[in-house]
Amino acid sequence: MAEHPKAREWEEKVLKKSLHRFPERKEKFTHHGGEEVPRVACPESIDAPYVEKLGFPGQYPFTRGVQPTMYRGRFWTMRQYAGFSNAAESNKRYRYLLEHGTTGLSVAFDLPTQIGYDSDDPMSVGEVGKVGVAIDSLADMEVLFDRIPLDTVSTSMTINASASVLLAMYVAVAEKQGVPGEKIQGTIQNDILKEYVARGTYIFPPRPSLRIITDIFQWCSKHTPAFNTISISGYHIREAGSTAVQEVAFTLANGIAYVQAALDAGMELDSFARRLSFFFNASSDLLEEVAKFRAARRLWARIMKERFSAAKPSSMMLRFHTQTAGNTLTAQQIDNNVVRVTLQALAAVLGGTQSLHTNSRDEALALPTEDSVRTALRTQQVIAYESGVGDSVDPLAGSYFIEQLTDGIEAQASELIDTIDRAGGVVAAIEDGFVQRQIENSAYDYQQEIERGERVVVGVNQFQTDEKVRPPLLRIDPEVERAQVQRLKALRESRDNGQVQAALAKLGEAARSEANLMPAILEAVRSYATLGEICRVMRDAFGEFRDAG
Amino acid sequence: MAGRSRKYRVLIGKPGLDGHDRGAKILARALRDAGFEAVYTGIRRTADEIAAAAVQEDVSAVGLSSLSGAHLRLFPAVVEALKQRGAGDIPVLGGGVIPDEDLAALKQAGIVEVYTPGTPLAQVVEAFENACDRHQKGRSGK
Amino acid sequence: MNREDLLQGLKGRDPRAIARAISLVEDGDPLADAILGSLDESRIEQALVLGMTGPPGAGKSTLTDQIIAGYRARSQRIGVIAIDPSSAISGGAFLGDRIRMMRHALDSDVIVRSMATRGRLGGLCAAAGAAVRILASSGCSPVIIETVGVGQSEMDIIRLADVTTLVLAPGLGDDIQAMKAGLLEVADILVVNKADCVGAETLAMDMEAVARESRDKGGSTEVCMTVASEGRGIAELMQTVEALEKQYRQGGEHARRRQHAYDLEVLDWALELLRPELLEKIAKSGSNRTGDPRLKAAGILRQI
Ligand SMILES: Nc1nc2c(ncn2[C@@H]2O[C@H](COP(=O)(O)OP(=O)(O)OP(=O)(O)O)[C@@H](O)[C@H]2O)c(=O)[nH]1
Ligand SMILES: [Mg+2]
Repeated sequence: MAEHPKAREWEEKVLKKSLHRFPERKEKFTHHGGEEVPRVACPESIDAPYVEKLGFPGQYPFTRGVQPTMYRGRFWTMRQYAGFSNAAESNKRYRYLLEHGTTGLSVAFDLPTQIGYDSDDPMSVGEVGKVGVAIDSLADMEVLFDRIPLDTVSTSMTINASASVLLAMYVAVAEKQGVPGEKIQGTIQNDILKEYVARGTYIFPPRPSLRIITDIFQWCSKHTPAFNTISISGYHIREAGSTAVQEVAFTLANGIAYVQAALDAGMELDSFARRLSFFFNASSDLLEEVAKFRAARRLWARIMKERFSAAKPSSMMLRFHTQTAGNTLTAQQIDNNVVRVTLQALAAVLGGTQSLHTNSRDEALALPTEDSVRTALRTQQVIAYESGVGDSVDPLAGSYFIEQLTDGIEAQASELIDTIDRAGGVVAAIEDGFVQRQIENSAYDYQQEIERGERVVVGVNQFQTDEKVRPPLLRIDPEVERAQVQRLKALRESRDNGQVQAALAKLGEAARSEANLMPAILEAVRSYATLGEICRVMRDAFGEFRDAG
Repeated sequence: MAGRSRKYRVLIGKPGLDGHDRGAKILARALRDAGFEAVYTGIRRTADEIAAAAVQEDVSAVGLSSLSGAHLRLFPAVVEALKQRGAGDIPVLGGGVIPDEDLAALKQAGIVEVYTPGTPLAQVVEAFENACDRHQKGRSGK
Repeated sequence: MNREDLLQGLKGRDPRAIARAISLVEDGDPLADAILGSLDESRIEQALVLGMTGPPGAGKSTLTDQIIAGYRARSQRIGVIAIDPSSAISGGAFLGDRIRMMRHALDSDVIVRSMATRGRLGGLCAAAGAAVRILASSGCSPVIIETVGVGQSEMDIIRLADVTTLVLAPGLGDDIQAMKAGLLEVADILVVNKADCVGAETLAMDMEAVARESRDKGGSTEVCMTVASEGRGIAELMQTVEALEKQYRQGGEHARRRQHAYDLEVLDWALELLRPELLEKIAKSGSNRTGDPRLKAAGILRQI
């Protein structure tokens, strides 16, 4: 393979450097009989179209992956999303997961936290601690990361509208642990645009929301350079019922809007572009999903290079987290879900994901139990350590089927992005409801196909069985809400309220000026102002977004 | 009346903070396609707002969806709010991520039917049909 | 709810009674006569009926929501009839306008009623007109009728209004072209909504030209710019509406329009009331297909 000048160039320039910095897991990767597994299988003769479309891993257009050796160097991060009830319980679960070999934390917050309400807010009734952990103030955050070293663990936080506040709390906890901002690693989701179209945890209207996001970009580029400041998420778009093409198109269109917003705020492209990360869904159509990931990588690289004139390769790389598709889990015959998750996880790995969350078998019924979370994690470990798919980079490349599908998805997604551009960009397309309508139509059509039996869902519309045994489920004790409210009350009584008011007043001023919001938020957080109080100040300054239907 | 059969009007509501409205919207569309007039409230509604809208729209049934596990608090609250507004006769149906073991408590609280993911839409639509039938009969009986 | 409770409830502005009454009339229930006969005609005369039409997604519901807020700030009771098309295939409808007005849900002086067109050839004017009268009689003023301006039946409904606004937004180019002919004629106020979006200025200039043309012909078309999603331009719009209403009331235009609407409703009701009998007569006449349909119809009408 080294005959083609491009191939030689890649070996000399890219691969060698990478091998030097990140040695591979093994000296030699072999099958059972001892035959060697190729690092990157390539066509016999490498021609220009190959170089242009596929190229080599770690090189533009990154179709074959963002690193030269991919999982031969290091497996993807096995990151299980978890968090429920209160900070102390979630802390226990995190430490359990770390003991069992997860390599990164992923924090789920409850809905009041995500929407900027305190646990004692009337809007929070019934929701406290339900889909994630309830965080009202820095005091809760301290408990959440108790005895978890923030200089070594990387933490991903699924938080959007209130991301600035939770990030500030994380930074403040690290400070207390003696860990400087430069050392912390992780990701905040911080992708508000998809909330308007698919997930619903928005607070402010789109324009002020974009300002908060660029404030975060700017602040983090100086103070927490190793933190990913956004995870542009197609996951929820797909969950809401979009097609694979729409998932790619709407996600990248959102990405374009964030890049543009940051540029408009005066940032240098290459200063923030490498801190953009993505988050995709891995659904059940195995080969389409593999092609989707590859197409998304290539399309983003082209967008960054051609549209935004990015100079550094790292600015063009689409790095992404993947979660298996929650909407494919069934409440019937839940063990089948383990198999679904396996196929989906395999798609993510064959597609070159950087990190992966595998869903648990019982999630169509309730929050996952500890046992089913472990099985989900084991699924990833089996794929990593037993299947061998990580021993060769982008092993499906060159399959006629995969390459055609990759081209097709890229072309269609690109066309859809053009349509959005013509409509005045993605913010306008969201305000107008265009994006939402597209997703709804796809969701409805899909459901109709299931109803008509054209699509088989095993155990649901075919192969049903009578089920008698009920799996054990994790329940959130309603007591959690009462206790959390008590805790909050105690905090309000014990903190220095004068300091809190002063910090909130400053935040209000910052919100009404052009100043970066992060310092004021950080100060409010340190004074133990609550999340709800901080968001109230911003609500007053920015207004609230209401459901666009 | 000859030439025009009565149309059933129903309201689909999303109480609480859960923003996953795929199920609610699919159901509303399926009801439309089955000949219902379906009013949709959008996400993040309080129980009282849903009840007030149900009264103004004079619906024959209310459907609720919640995927965040808050159903035991939120669904009964809507039943209660309807009663407060003198509309306790309007049947309430619920759906979402709801474990079997909660069914009894929800029925006890006055939710007439509860559906979990994977239930065929046709079955849910039929439940609305039945609930509306009973509601209309109850009305004309008075 | 029996007849007495219903009529009593209507007098007492009971939300359930009002809602029930609209349904009964819409469904052609025998109680309709009693309901409509009990209404407060003087209130209906005084109420402002405001038509709000325009292409899908132009911002009619958002604007309505803001206008509600505007009138509530002055403690006026307000009603909304939001009309959406029924599916031609199933006859059902997805009624989604209310979503944008939900912040008023707990205000007992804001009554929002969604209504489907039900694919009626006629009868929509009758049903919508009756709903307007029921709301006006219960003390609502204005009563806003929101309807997508696409078809003929919507054009007819809009004639029920004392003042009509046509809501337009940039970026909906093709629709506007298609509408120009019909709706621009019936509109008193051309609202350029989404003034925060690109293309609003151009659209406003186009609309100014249309308004000038209409004024040259003696009309009184006005142009307003709004950002409904942020509540901008609402006060000016309300002022324009009220000024026109006053002008129309003083100049006799109001009475002329009311008369026209009245006649339209009477005709619609006449056809509605005749319909059952006609259907019966047609059915009775058996399955012979002799003779021209028109001649047959004339024959049936002579029997009535
Ligand atoms: N940018 C911007 N968006 C607006 C404005 N007014 C409304 N919108 C948005 O436009 C979309 C459509 O608004 P609606 O009020 O539902 O429009 P409509 O005319 O009632 O639509 P239909 O009832 O479906 O015909 C929503 O997403 C609104 O948030 C505005 O002034 N500026
Ligand atoms: Mg509308």
